Amino acid sequence: MDATLQAAGAGHLRTATALRRRRRRTDRMARLLAWLATLVALAFLASILVTLLYLGVPGLKPAVFTTVTKAPGSGGGLANAIVGSLVQTGLGTLVGTPIGIMVGTYLAEYAGTSALGNAVRFVSDILLSAPSILIGLFIYQVLVSPLGGFSGWAGAAALAILVIPIVVRTTEDMLRLIPISLREASIALGAPRWRTIVFICYRAALDGLLTGVLLAMARVAGETAPLLFTSLGNSDYSGLGSAMSSVPVTIYQYAASAFDDWVQLAWTGALLITLGVLAINVAARFFIRRR
Amino acid sequence: MSQAVEQAVDQGSAPASARPATRPPAQCKLSIRRLDFFYGANRALKGIDLDLPERQVTGMIGPSGCGKSTLLRVLNRMYDLYPGQRAEGEVLMEGMNILASTVDLNALRSRIGMVFQKPTPFPMSIFDNIAFGVKLHERLSRAEMAERVEWSLTRAALWGEVRDRLASPASGLSGGQQQRLCIARTIATRPEIILLDEPTSALDPISTLKIEELIDELKRDFTIAIVTHNMQQAARCADQVAFFYLGELVEVGQAGDIFTNPKQKRTQEYVTGRFG
Repeated sequence: MDATLQAAGAGHLRTATALRRRRRRTDRMARLLAWLATLVALAFLASILVTLLYLGVPGLKPAVFTTVTKAPGSGGGLANAIVGSLVQTGLGTLVGTPIGIMVGTYLAEYAGTSALGNAVRFVSDILLSAPSILIGLFIYQVLVSPLGGFSGWAGAAALAILVIPIVVRTTEDMLRLIPISLREASIALGAPRWRTIVFICYRAALDGLLTGVLLAMARVAGETAPLLFTSLGNSDYSGLGSAMSSVPVTIYQYAASAFDDWVQLAWTGALLITLGVLAINVAARFFIRRR
Repeated sequence: MSQAVEQAVDQGSAPASARPATRPPAQCKLSIRRLDFFYGANRALKGIDLDLPERQVTGMIGPSGCGKSTLLRVLNRMYDLYPGQRAEGEVLMEGMNILASTVDLNALRSRIGMVFQKPTPFPMSIFDNIAFGVKLHERLSRAEMAERVEWSLTRAALWGEVRDRLASPASGLSGGQQQRLCIARTIATRPEIILLDEPTSALDPISTLKIEELIDELKRDFTIAIVTHNMQQAARCADQVAFFYLGELVEVGQAGDIFTNPKQKRTQEYVTGRFG
């Protein structure tokens, strides 16, 4: 073999080795950075959870669930706040879900890329990322102020508005996953459009639709800002017609107070809400996995 | 290849030639007249004239993109779902032009059923898959519905395989069973015409054979149009064969004539596998 060619080959091999070594170094560096970033993120999360458990669990007594909020030092609980949260979140989800599903259905099944469809999609996406305090202010302006008072209805209405864009998004996405062939098969049997949507598409997308509703519920269950201007809070059980207590607003009021037992209740409330949201998310995951 | 086709033709045409002796000449069930079809500005069908004889199988063959599936989708107005698609000309069923804007599409589709290339079981039980279509057009008692479900599954040669699990999800059936379920679902609404759009192209040979036997059985009661890429299948199943090319109907005739003695050179080249 030609000597010069051999030398050139060896040189080539040497460069290749150097190049490979440099690449391996870069790879190791990138992997290290990724690990570090993950660690930092997890550390924050873990520290939040540990703090929450450390400060919240000691206050977790039966009285929290059976006694209403009381003046500092008189052994109050969170019962009215828990009930208020359940009622407002439930009602908000109940009102927001059908509207969200219908809008999502319009977008997925009827609108296509029409101008109206694109406009609705755009507005819904803006609503999705709008600061929730804005929604509270809006309801304050159109419901609380004209009707002359804070109420559970107003709180539920604010939460319903927050539910709508989330359900719109998931409904549209889930319906778009249903193959067009399934719709055609139904229509070929002589089924009208609405029957195809209700009995075929909804059924095929049921788990996805449920997941969207659960995620929306989990999202609004922890909302504080929209309730500050609407249901305000109450120191006792109350109907929807008057100011109504909720766990997030109680946390907001108690956490910054000067009384140790109130601060304790705030942490316990935070723990309860976290567990509740966690439970909803686990349920949603169950539905996702079933798909 | 060409030998195989001829062989298949021989098998397929034997009953076809015996047929005129056993039954009176077929009446025309559906007449397609000067039909043009457009996807937007693109003319996909050009002046089609074709008759579907009653209680016979019309096979539609031709290379991909020749317009045969498009024609099938005109016959039950499936194209109406998509803005930008339109048909011109006439398709006459008992004197009524089904392309008219006044036609009740849901009623029309109950008279002209369709089975698609891929099996499309609905996300419900086997029983409900069939009941869904029937409920659209008829009010039946529970007993009558059970009877109809059994009847249609029997006609689709599926009853024996599913009679013990009518309540289980249809998605648990095999591909071939799902396709026979789709056929059962279609005949359960008792249409007059059944359109089959490459019904066996997603199936294994045994399932294909079952469906072909089924087609032979069904034509005693239904007028059938089948689009297929499989020449042997057309030869085995069809009484009349129509060859399409680039949106035109090149030739139509008895299956035996099309495969053994085509009048057009293009037909001959296609059926002998020289192009397409």
